[in-house]
Amino acid sequence: MTRTEPFAQEFDALAAQLPGAGTAWLDDLRRKSLDEYEAQGLPTPRTEAWKYTNLRRLARTGFVAGEAGSAAAVTAIPEGVTVLEDAYVAAFVNGRFSAALSTLGGLPKGVEVGSLADKIANDPAALEGQLGQIVDGSALPMAALNTAFMVDGLYCHVADGVVLDKPLHLVSIGHADGAALSFHPRHLIVAGAGSVATLVESHVGSGSYFSNAVSEIVVGEGAVLNHYKLQNEGLEAFHLAANQVRLKDRAVYDGFVLQVGGRLARNEVRAHLGERVECRVNGAYLGCGEQHIDNTTFIDHAAPNSSSREVFKGVLDETARGVFQGKILVRKDSQKTDGHQLNKTLLLSAGTEIDTKPELEIYADDVKCSHGATTGELEEEPLFYLRARGIDPHTARGMLVSAFIGEALDEIQAEAPREAFEAVVNGWLDKRMEGQGPSS
Amino acid sequence: MSLLEIRDLHATVDGKPILKGVDLVIEPGKVHAVMGPNGSGKSTLSYVLAGREGYEVTSGEVMFDGVDLLALDADERARAGLFLAFQYPVEIPGVATTTFLKAALNAIRSERGESPLDAMQFLKFIREKASNLKVTDDMLRRALNVGFSGGEKKRNEVLQMAVLEPKLAILDETDSGLDIDALKIVADGVNMLRAADRGMLVITHYQRLLDYIVPDYVHILADGRIIKSGDKGLALELEEKGYASFVGAEAA
Repeated sequence: MTRTEPFAQEFDALAAQLPGAGTAWLDDLRRKSLDEYEAQGLPTPRTEAWKYTNLRRLARTGFVAGEAGSAAAVTAIPEGVTVLEDAYVAAFVNGRFSAALSTLGGLPKGVEVGSLADKIANDPAALEGQLGQIVDGSALPMAALNTAFMVDGLYCHVADGVVLDKPLHLVSIGHADGAALSFHPRHLIVAGAGSVATLVESHVGSGSYFSNAVSEIVVGEGAVLNHYKLQNEGLEAFHLAANQVRLKDRAVYDGFVLQVGGRLARNEVRAHLGERVECRVNGAYLGCGEQHIDNTTFIDHAAPNSSSREVFKGVLDETARGVFQGKILVRKDSQKTDGHQLNKTLLLSAGTEIDTKPELEIYADDVKCSHGATTGELEEEPLFYLRARGIDPHTARGMLVSAFIGEALDEIQAEAPREAFEAVVNGWLDKRMEGQGPSS
Repeated sequence: MSLLEIRDLHATVDGKPILKGVDLVIEPGKVHAVMGPNGSGKSTLSYVLAGREGYEVTSGEVMFDGVDLLALDADERARAGLFLAFQYPVEIPGVATTTFLKAALNAIRSERGESPLDAMQFLKFIREKASNLKVTDDMLRRALNVGFSGGEKKRNEVLQMAVLEPKLAILDETDSGLDIDALKIVADGVNMLRAADRGMLVITHYQRLLDYIVPDYVHILADGRIIKSGDKGLALELEEKGYASFVGAEAA
């Protein structure tokens, strides 16, 4: 059979070398996922979910599957990447775990952190029934592609009742100094009942690469997971990430994604809520040049008495384009659901564009759900007020933009990651505002 | 040299003529009041002097402390020593009042050739000024004017004036929306800032404010021009007879 979809052609040649080859359930999972991908094909704007994010350029680039060898050139975590001082570090280069760049000593008892590839090699039975269980490849073609090709990623298991004393920092480094590379990182995070953990992700890199990641995250009953992601990929990079989050009863999830990097980036968060869950899926995006940044969320209120909150704020400059798609589904028996969604975008120049699509689908009758979206330029009135006090226009604009984004960053519950993200935002703003002329 | 000299100033808003030949000279140390009915051009005059966009000067000139004021941008005017206390101070979510004050003060200090204050020096400086105006630490920590009452907003304006120490302060209807207690606090704050080298332009609709901030001169603005000038007695006369008699007399 000839495979025609981009990326799929490589499968038959690679299949035998993929981790876990020969393990029946995993082979079946890969083949089923490849079928799902091929049945849907690489998404085009004709697919509703991909209407605003066009992957044409991705298909044209001709990425080759990343070889482990190209990772050897990265011998240190790049300067300025470590957004957190005090954390356990699990580092990945081109999607593959790097023991040399990782710092995982002293993990508390009951916490297992390492390479998914190693886990597949050494203990595949432990993964059966966990890996690939909560991601619906029949609706998510790029996630299905990931499942077919996945090689490595973060494996993190926190036992019931265990408190992780420091954040776990996933550092992903893309490195392509020659041919354009593709890789499909696969992360599996299982937080046991009553556990407490903070996961921070930083994604950086250089050169032309395509990272197509999937994270499967299970937060057990009554567990608390803070999950903060910085997408600061190189400006030639393509970054697609699907985060499937399963929140069991009484779980608390505080999620935030800050997207500033990438040529084209899409971060998708899909949360499935049990009963009495508190789910926060927030984010910010800063785009300039020709960047395209997409945030897509799907909050599935599958049980009663849960709350969800989404605040996404973005700033776009030059000809950057932003996309926000937020769907909230309240199923028939999910009474007393409290859902809130807000998307605000500030456009700093006339060449920018934002497509925002809120979608509420409600089948229960006793619920509270709200959504709002605004798009606009910096207002003249506050700008004049600041200038009337002697503050120059660059600084005044910077203060207002920083205040605008600050309202989203304030949603981050943990202090150290919030401060680290604020520093990233301020660095971006300083750079942007420098280039602005003195006139308004 | 006069502090402010306005000569035959004409200005339009959205193409509509509002100021139609204003002449006004303010000497250092003097407090001038400009009174006028609604629509006479009072607020336009204050915005034109402060340099707000959309307020277009079509002819005339304004010299401020020896420089051509109209050639400067709004922030340059502020750094040159001009201050406008807003009738409606703007709420700016996400910008803490102290952050704002520090940025403004250091911008103006830098213009004067003074070194910026560090965080500790600034805090000490600001607390002293704030306590006089009953501006609490809590207000300083909060976002600029957000959730402030009418009185708190006006006190905050006067605090900014006290901090920035301008050469000329323009108070645009500072009495609007204030009850008598709030008005007294604000007026006391303003009076403390009266100084031999500082001019003030107090713009108001009602005479009431001038009981507390006693002017050296009073001008009546009507239909974009100053139609009568006098001492503080003019304000009392105006209170008694109403604008109609003055405006009518001018027309006749």
